[in-house]
Amino acid sequence: MTSFTPLSALAGGLLIGSAAVLLLWLNGRIAGVTGMITGLLVKPSTAPGWRLLFLVGLVAGAATYSWLGHSTPLRQGFPTPLLIVAGLLTGYGTAQANGCTSGHGVCGMARLSVRSVVATGTFLSVAIATTYVMRHLAGVGA
Amino acid sequence: MTHGLLRNVAALASGLVFGLGLSLAQMTNPDKVLNFLDMGGTWDPSLLFVLGGAVVLSTVAFHFILKRNAPLWDGMFHMPLSQAIDKPLVIGSALFGIGWGLSGYCPGPAIASIGVGNPEALWVVPSIVAGAALQRWTHRRQTADID
Repeated sequence: MTSFTPLSALAGGLLIGSAAVLLLWLNGRIAGVTGMITGLLVKPSTAPGWRLLFLVGLVAGAATYSWLGHSTPLRQGFPTPLLIVAGLLTGYGTAQANGCTSGHGVCGMARLSVRSVVATGTFLSVAIATTYVMRHLAGVGA
Repeated sequence: MTHGLLRNVAALASGLVFGLGLSLAQMTNPDKVLNFLDMGGTWDPSLLFVLGGAVVLSTVAFHFILKRNAPLWDGMFHMPLSQAIDKPLVIGSALFGIGWGLSGYCPGPAIASIGVGNPEALWVVPSIVAGAALQRWTHRRQTADID
């Protein structure tokens, strides 16, 4: 169980949106984490710096939140092979679709891109179905 | 400062605000994410407010920003070129959906989780990078749609 936290969720969402606005306004770039990862993998010669710095900032932002005294509960006993399979599918799929929750889900939707709306609808509905199968049929992670 | 240096500062600052937002929204807690996805069980609708807040703010601001000729510190906007609703988009998104529903981590929160010392990140993040590398390696002729 996790409790319903609409205010911190909305505030967090506004911060995420502000980060995307900042990057587009200043640098003309889409704040998509998949694009940062694949951009570093494929063409490391063409200005890799900003992508790496964004990802460093991402880690530093979460670290700052902890440092301010907020704790994030850590999940115990989740099967490691499942983490690896899930990670591989996530990495392969987001690279193939050229975007994930940030690039398609936030920035793409904000650009009113039909491509991103289709991507977001697809990964959200498949994730909901997968969670249902895992928790209610296979009994994992509930 | 040169524009190149300013762009790097902007990227770092944007990542920092993004990471703070993900943490405050508790997207770095995979149970919170799975409870959002678990509509048939212990449904926690909080993440609707995360996505809603982020998308509404960005939609309004992007509308005005994209009316400019160029961003503040670069000569042009670097926008995704592809508009295709094709098989790679749908299949890739579906594969990602399976991964997300299995673990509760999408790429941003997975990487941010390194910052809170979450040991699961040690498995998830390298796997995401390996999966992305495998996709790029097997589709070398397919060009990325962002330069």
